[in-house]
Amino acid sequence: MATLVEIRNVSKVYERGRQKVEVLHHVNLDIAEGDFLALMGPSGSGKTTLLNLIGGLDSPTDGSITIGGQRIDRLGEGALAKWRAANVGFVFQFYNLLPILSAQKNVELPLLLTHLSAAQRRKNAAIALELVGLADRASHKPTELSGGQQQRVAIARAIVSDPRFLVCDEPTGDLDRQSAEDVLGLLQMLNRDHGKTLIMVTHDPRAAEHARHTLHLDKGTLVEEQGLGIRD
Amino acid sequence: MKYLHLVIAALSRRKARTLFTLVSIVAAFLLFGLLNAVRVAFSGGSETLAGNERLVVASRFSIMTGLPQSLQARIAAIPGVEAVGHQNWFGGVYQDPKNFVLSFAVDQNYLDSNPEIVLTPEQRKAFADTRDGALVGKALAERYGWKVGQQVPLISQIFPRKDGDMTWPFTIVGIYDVAPDAPNGTDQMFFLHWKYFDEGNQYGQHEVGWYVVQLSDPAAADRVAQAIDALSANSDHETRTQTANAFNASFAKQLGNIGLIVSAIVAAVFFTLILLTGNTMAQAVRERIPELAVLKTLGFSSRSVLALVLAEAVLMLLVGGIIGMLLATAVVPALGKASGGMIQLPALGLRDWSEGLALMILIGFLVGVLPALRGMRLRIVDALAGR
Ligand SMILES: Nc1ncnc2c1ncn2[C@@H]1O[C@H](COP(=O)(O)OP(=O)(O)OP(=O)(O)O)[C@@H](O)[C@H]1O
Ligand SMILES: [Mg+2]
Repeated sequence: MATLVEIRNVSKVYERGRQKVEVLHHVNLDIAEGDFLALMGPSGSGKTTLLNLIGGLDSPTDGSITIGGQRIDRLGEGALAKWRAANVGFVFQFYNLLPILSAQKNVELPLLLTHLSAAQRRKNAAIALELVGLADRASHKPTELSGGQQQRVAIARAIVSDPRFLVCDEPTGDLDRQSAEDVLGLLQMLNRDHGKTLIMVTHDPRAAEHARHTLHLDKGTLVEEQGLGIRD
Repeated sequence: MKYLHLVIAALSRRKARTLFTLVSIVAAFLLFGLLNAVRVAFSGGSETLAGNERLVVASRFSIMTGLPQSLQARIAAIPGVEAVGHQNWFGGVYQDPKNFVLSFAVDQNYLDSNPEIVLTPEQRKAFADTRDGALVGKALAERYGWKVGQQVPLISQIFPRKDGDMTWPFTIVGIYDVAPDAPNGTDQMFFLHWKYFDEGNQYGQHEVGWYVVQLSDPAAADRVAQAIDALSANSDHETRTQTANAFNASFAKQLGNIGLIVSAIVAAVFFTLILLTGNTMAQAVRERIPELAVLKTLGFSSRSVLALVLAEAVLMLLVGGIIGMLLATAVVPALGKASGGMIQLPALGLRDWSEGLALMILIGFLVGVLPALRGMRLRIVDALAGR
């Protein structure tokens, strides 16, 4: 399959006052189109940092990141924002829904950046909610939903504008076993049936089992690659 | 426009806080509306066209100092003068000191040369023929239920009669209408005969308060004014002649520089409002930093985030401000009524509204700009991680 993400020699250095901390060391990584990749590793190993770089939320200190043929490490802030809106869906550990908006309006948010009409936005958001099994909760506020339901709304928001890939940072980190299974099943379905490329950070080996591949990060370096092509 | 629901959602996030802020904005702009009316009322806001075709001759020293009546004939002889009338402040109240009546002792010429007071020939004749006759404005007559022919005593706050009694009896001989462009309060006035007043009062005789001069040519105002003042130069009753509009303005000045005081109060109120609302906005945005970070994550530009926060502040100011000014619009006439014509404030006009709206937008920007910049500049990865 074609390569979607090409990470070459990427380093990330954070500066804390005078102190420089190199969080990622010369990382090289290819992610194929249609892959479901799990990224594991101890706390502080740089998983979120790497995921943020792939999602275009931050820029590397060194090296290059090419996604779908485009060097995103060279984009300025404004261009990067546009690129994210068109290409990436985000799922976070704590859902990050806007508390004052209904599920429907939360899912519509990314569509505000498109040229779709209000009616079209409403329709697309309804379809996304349907896909995650929450069509009947469209008018609920996040506080009126369980954690698992909130995460599914977040997934609907991530896919509503039909991005090329999703980045998920510990999407089940805050969920009980059953809700986690629901969410993972949903992600798997998106990968398998809809061809979405998924990159997921997780601490949970059982969550990683749902992915096609698992990579381990330790102190800013990728240490091993396991090709567990399950459920192909 | 499609972001409007996001702005409204942000404002409805903490309803109590938004309501509290809104109430302070309403109060500030209510005060702004009222004080603006006061300022206009005291800064010669009642300027009229007729006011530039008329001169007022008063004592150079004080409006309360009288002038000799003998001056009337000499002023009338100056070329360019059409007619000369005169007026004295009577300072009457009806039954109770709080029922203040705008009352003046005038001569017939005064009424004849005052187009703002509309009299029928019958009313004019009745006034001329009745020694203790009085002409009263329609609004004033309505307020006390006065009828033509009725005996009405006024108590002068200043002038005792010969026997020391302060109460002066009058007979109402006419209820007059006013011209459409007459200044506020013209329909609240009470006119009595200068002769009746001059002969009856215990103080000086043959004294008038000020002269009102009708010009045959408004362009000659300056020349005529100089000629009038020259009549009394170096006497013990030197005069100062101005157009009626200028006279009204300087009359107001003698009551203190109300405009300045009012502006200072308004400035203080808005200063407080800016601090208060600015603080609220800063707090509201601080709480929402993670949400703004999410919007940016989804691809909202930094400028959209800036605009969202600014729109939030401006919308709040506009809603509160407009409610405040609408309240002021309702209160101004009520205030005039309640004060019994003593306070005559002009209704809020286009100018007040445009000033008010400009202030709302300006203050909205002022209180919104710092939080908005903060939202615009936030680094997504730090905000998401709660740093
Ligand atoms: N903006 C920053 N400034 C300074 N240090 C940072 C910054 N972001 C991350 N770090 C540091 O980089 C290291 C890696 O952080 P990162 O969040 O990528 O770890 P992680 O693998 O996701 O950990 P966890 O499993 O706890 O989420 C940590 O030591 C962290 O303190
Ligand atoms: Mg992390």
